[in-house]
Amino acid sequence: MSLIVSSIGQGLLWAVLGVGLFLTFRILDFADMTVEGTFPLGAATAVMAISQGMNPLLATLLAFAVGALAGLITGLLYTKGHIPILLAGILVMTACYSVNLRIMGRANVSLLGKNTLFKNHFLASLPQYFDSVILGTIVMVIITTIVIYFLQTDLGQGFIATGDNQTMARSLGINTDNMKIMGLMVSNGLIAFGGALVAQNNGFADVNMGIGIIVIALASIIIGEVAFGDLTLNQRLVAVTLGSILYRFVLLIVLKLGFQANDLNLISAIILAICMMLPVFKNLLNFKHLLKRGLDTND
Amino acid sequence: MTKPLLELKDVVLKVNRHTPEEITILNHLNLTVNEGDFITLLGSNGAGKSTLFNAIGGDLTIDSGQILLKGKDISHESVEKRTRFLARVFQDPKLGTAPRMNVAENLLLAERRGQRRRLVPRRLNKQLDRYQKITATMHNGLDQRLTTATGNLSGGQRQALSFLMATLKRPEILLLDEHTAALDPQTSQDLMHLTNQRVQEERLTCLMITHHLEDALTYGNRLIVLHHGQVTFDVSGKEKAALTTEKLYSFFADIE
Repeated sequence: MSLIVSSIGQGLLWAVLGVGLFLTFRILDFADMTVEGTFPLGAATAVMAISQGMNPLLATLLAFAVGALAGLITGLLYTKGHIPILLAGILVMTACYSVNLRIMGRANVSLLGKNTLFKNHFLASLPQYFDSVILGTIVMVIITTIVIYFLQTDLGQGFIATGDNQTMARSLGINTDNMKIMGLMVSNGLIAFGGALVAQNNGFADVNMGIGIIVIALASIIIGEVAFGDLTLNQRLVAVTLGSILYRFVLLIVLKLGFQANDLNLISAIILAICMMLPVFKNLLNFKHLLKRGLDTND
Repeated sequence: MTKPLLELKDVVLKVNRHTPEEITILNHLNLTVNEGDFITLLGSNGAGKSTLFNAIGGDLTIDSGQILLKGKDISHESVEKRTRFLARVFQDPKLGTAPRMNVAENLLLAERRGQRRRLVPRRLNKQLDRYQKITATMHNGLDQRLTTATGNLSGGQRQALSFLMATLKRPEILLLDEHTAALDPQTSQDLMHLTNQRVQEERLTCLMITHHLEDALTYGNRLIVLHHGQVTFDVSGKEKAALTTEKLYSFFADIE
């Protein structure tokens, strides 16, 4: 039971990443590798700020701002520097590694004995793992509401149109460069925010904690889509959170089957690859079905 | 009383600049578009018709010369800024609409053409009745599909929607780049009729590229032929009305 509660809590905390990546991967329609750097960047920023005595909430918001700054750099490289988005993301991600080491001064910094978002009276009084469920729910309700509201504004509609049809967006006077930069900033801000939450939950920040982040974030998006099918845009955003929780359940099962935590990146990649190939498999199955039917009628 | 709305003065536009493959597409082109002109634009492939549109729209920057709107130099204004007075319909139905957004959302985007996009609620529901009436004027079932993603519409419906979007907020200049060419003959004719009707009713200033000599003769008050990046033929009014396809064919034979 406590394992299930823990999975739900982890799913909720990590869902921030899914929503952040959704803005670039699904709406702007490109894969932004920056997130592998901004996740530990957010963690490092928050952990160091908290160590210096900053209020944990402020430190988490500071992580958002620093992540957005990294997103701004990727955005400028991509739109003004005409560097392909994949490479622009990899450049900033690589640079972030050094920046993170600079921020932390070493590869791993613990929050032992420090105040965090999880250490207030109310959350501490809850049974084990319920603190991340409650905090994760509050965070996801707030973030999802803000993103849904944003997407229904004139600015948000221009943002969606940019990812949907750039030529049209430009011909209607939408500054598509600015939209992409804004999307990358908010997306990476959210990823860094997620990094700050996860670091406080784990009690430490590690310079290598960004490896495979894009796969985990994509998994919550794709699993949400596979599990819930045809949805409106707003529903899809909620589905990301549910997908993130489902993904944690899958990991729980995999661990129960006897795999080690070290195998998780391999397994995550396999799960994501299978989910992304589902449409192909479906077509193959249909094709066989049709073929069979064709033969039957000929007989 | 006709006033010049858009003037192109000695416009030169080259591609592949500073390379051995440098080509001059617009070659000291001069053109004055008067308010209320409905110009049909003919010319063989490579004559510079689409490039002319891209120069007016700002997608391509001109090498020399001037583009004036009501006497104001707009040669170096960005694409976004020019959309305040300019609307375009492309040949490819896919280019004119956002496929994952529905018909009403596309219309709302178009109604804000050239405006700053602010962080204010879009208020789409308030517009639905009005959009229903506007789309009903297209007589192609678009009004029944306001909440359908435009990617699921037929090519004809998408192109009709693109045209509607271009004229929803009245543009000072409307550029139609073979906007009926990708459609079947009947749908193409229907859209052409609608285009003409709308341009007349709203007294729009419009440039239309076409390869249909008959359309070029039937519609508009002025006909222009581009050749090697220059205006080689320019007739309007009664002179244009007296033109026939035979005369145009022989003219084309002469310049080739």
